[in-house]
Amino acid sequence: MEFFIISMLNGLSYGLLLFMLSSGLTLIFSMMGVLNFAHASFYMIGAYIGYSLGGIVGFWPALVLAPLCVGALGALFERISLRKVHPYGHVPELLVTFGLSYVVLELVQLIWGRTAVEFVPPDVLRGAAFTLINHSVNGMHLLWGAAPADMCSAADAAVRVVCTPFPATRAFMMVIALLMLVSLWLLLTRTRIGLVIQAALTHPDMAEALGHNVPRVFMLVFGAGTGLAGLAGVIGGSTFVTEPAMAATVGSVIFVVVVVGGMGSLSGAFLASVLIGVIQTFAVAIDYSFLAFARDVGWQLSAAAQDNSFAKLTVSQVAPILPYLFLVLILIFRPKGLLGTREG
Amino acid sequence: MSAVYKFKPYNVGRWIIWGLFALVLLVAPKLFTSNLSVTMLAQMGIAIIACLSYNMLLGQGGMLSFGHAVYTGLGSYMAMHALNAVSGGALPIPVSLLPLVGGLSGMGFAVLLGWVTTRKSGTPFAMITLGVAELVFAMSLMFSEFFGGEAGVSGNRVAGQPFFGITFGPQIQIYYLIAVYTFVCVALMYAFTQTPLGRILNAVRDNPERVEFIGYNTQRVRYLAFIIAGFFAGIAGGLGALNFEIVTAEVVGAGRSGAYLLFTFLGGATFFFGPIIGAVLMVIAFVLLSELTKAWLLYLGLVFLFMVMYAPGGIASLIMMNLRVAKFGKLRQIWTSYLGLGITALAIVAGAGAMIEMVYHLQLNSALGDVVKFMGVPLNAKSVDSWVGAIFVTLTGLGLFELARRQYVLEWGEIQVEIEKEIKRRETAV
Repeated sequence: MEFFIISMLNGLSYGLLLFMLSSGLTLIFSMMGVLNFAHASFYMIGAYIGYSLGGIVGFWPALVLAPLCVGALGALFERISLRKVHPYGHVPELLVTFGLSYVVLELVQLIWGRTAVEFVPPDVLRGAAFTLINHSVNGMHLLWGAAPADMCSAADAAVRVVCTPFPATRAFMMVIALLMLVSLWLLLTRTRIGLVIQAALTHPDMAEALGHNVPRVFMLVFGAGTGLAGLAGVIGGSTFVTEPAMAATVGSVIFVVVVVGGMGSLSGAFLASVLIGVIQTFAVAIDYSFLAFARDVGWQLSAAAQDNSFAKLTVSQVAPILPYLFLVLILIFRPKGLLGTREG
Repeated sequence: MSAVYKFKPYNVGRWIIWGLFALVLLVAPKLFTSNLSVTMLAQMGIAIIACLSYNMLLGQGGMLSFGHAVYTGLGSYMAMHALNAVSGGALPIPVSLLPLVGGLSGMGFAVLLGWVTTRKSGTPFAMITLGVAELVFAMSLMFSEFFGGEAGVSGNRVAGQPFFGITFGPQIQIYYLIAVYTFVCVALMYAFTQTPLGRILNAVRDNPERVEFIGYNTQRVRYLAFIIAGFFAGIAGGLGALNFEIVTAEVVGAGRSGAYLLFTFLGGATFFFGPIIGAVLMVIAFVLLSELTKAWLLYLGLVFLFMVMYAPGGIASLIMMNLRVAKFGKLRQIWTSYLGLGITALAIVAGAGAMIEMVYHLQLNSALGDVVKFMGVPLNAKSVDSWVGAIFVTLTGLGLFELARRQYVLEWGEIQVEIEKEIKRRETAV
């Protein structure tokens, strides 16, 4: 039971991190039609800038400053490079961000080196947010913070006690992502700038005719989207590892999220990122193969089948390909994505 | 443009160009005889087939694929397994036909995977190819029976009966096998651009809606083109397997796919011969540039960025534009600007390159002392002098480059206007 709860929460927090990235990507895509291939690179820059600033001003100011820096860099890139390519069409736009992802990877290695840097969260976040204590006599209960050692061990050998802590960084990640989700939604639907963005999204010419500076709105959206990636980078980088390969590990997954959720649909991106986060987290934790299944059910398999590499694969080994398999299945059975509206 | 050189019944210009191409393939290893250059030439032949097959998607079909290495790579694996079967005596086909095995299997995988990928076009297509590429790469680490795990699958190309003394043992024999395949494949791919399918593929790229209105299924057109591109990609993969005699999981990886995309675009996706230039550059960059500097990927990325921003037609389009200028005899007016651009650009490259190399040196080999050799000049990476010097050179170069660029843009515009006038004049004269 505690395995289920903790895995669920881990999956949710990973999914919410994915959402922080895919929301920016979806925002930029639905706004400008640009698929920002370098989105994960901005995530990585966020982590590295957060690490450097964190060393100077501390973690909390860096949590605010690093996304601002990344957003400014994103807006700068939009201004000097992407805007030039915009008239050529969508494929060159995608190519220019693809080129940027190469340059960013090399620059990061140039500045911060090729090995992982030690980016650790502050002391407050290093412990456990809460601990689940499963007592075989008293049942399960929850304790905020880390559990003292004597509660996790029973004096009586017959009583089994299992303590499962949930890391505070993960909880923090969830809180930030949910806050961001709510504020993004409020910004888009309840404020004037949000209304202008929505107008520029569907009717750019009309919005421009009404006196709004649409290119500047685009720059703002691109900056905001990359800023969100930067925020995710600070949190993700301090929770996981900050290394040059971190962009590649999340990069392709967030593209899967965007396609599965439906291109340009923010709620679809939310659903898909949580779904993929949960599926992947559970799959990694399950050590169960078809062979074990056959044995449990009681089938007699031939020696050849027992040695078959397909049959021997455990669910945890298959975990890395699950998002992509999911993508292919969605494309076959529901080509516009889970909550997508446009076919294209 | 094509109307100018048509001499019926024979198209002389075309015969000359294809003859020259065959001649280059034939004599290249006679001119560059060292082991390294023959190996590089063989790799270039393979890269030419791969990049041209990629351009069938990108340039002719407007399909930006991030997963082309899947088809070349799986072609490599199948050809390698076939080679091992030939060595074991289980498969009675000559080694020279093994690339076709790669081609057919590349085609088979394109039939299978392309059905999913080509359901969409544009940006979604690009993302799906990326997903499929990740899927195949992740699988390559899971099924070690087929993919050979970390070590890969290796084989020996000297298998079966020798044919007129050709065993494919020496590198030069495998080079000529690759050259023959390259020539035939390039010719076939050029022929494809002239077929009705090739033409309608261009139409699908330019305006899919209209193509649907005249009664074609755009999805099927994309699918067919994808299958054909998969076939040629598989041939390139099969040749690669014979050339290296080892296939590792890296051949289906994202890095390889990205390289195909990058260099096809750099060469020029809008012209048929563009990817050939790109493929030659690719081998030079991978073999020579990576030896020269550790920061080569950074330079490559920057060149690519500027190319997309300022010359989206790639090197091929630059050549064609200047050929047009030369044809009208205007190159003389502009060569001084080219000289200015070249010199100032060199200054920027020297200054910025020096700084990049110094930073890399500090990052990676500071244990070897502080002195970096850059373009033959020893620079002390820790002294202020070399930094100030590098910054000075870069800034001066940048300033002068901007001046030269403005002058160049002015002259280029004037020449284009003059050429337009000349064309009009000729038309009225006729």
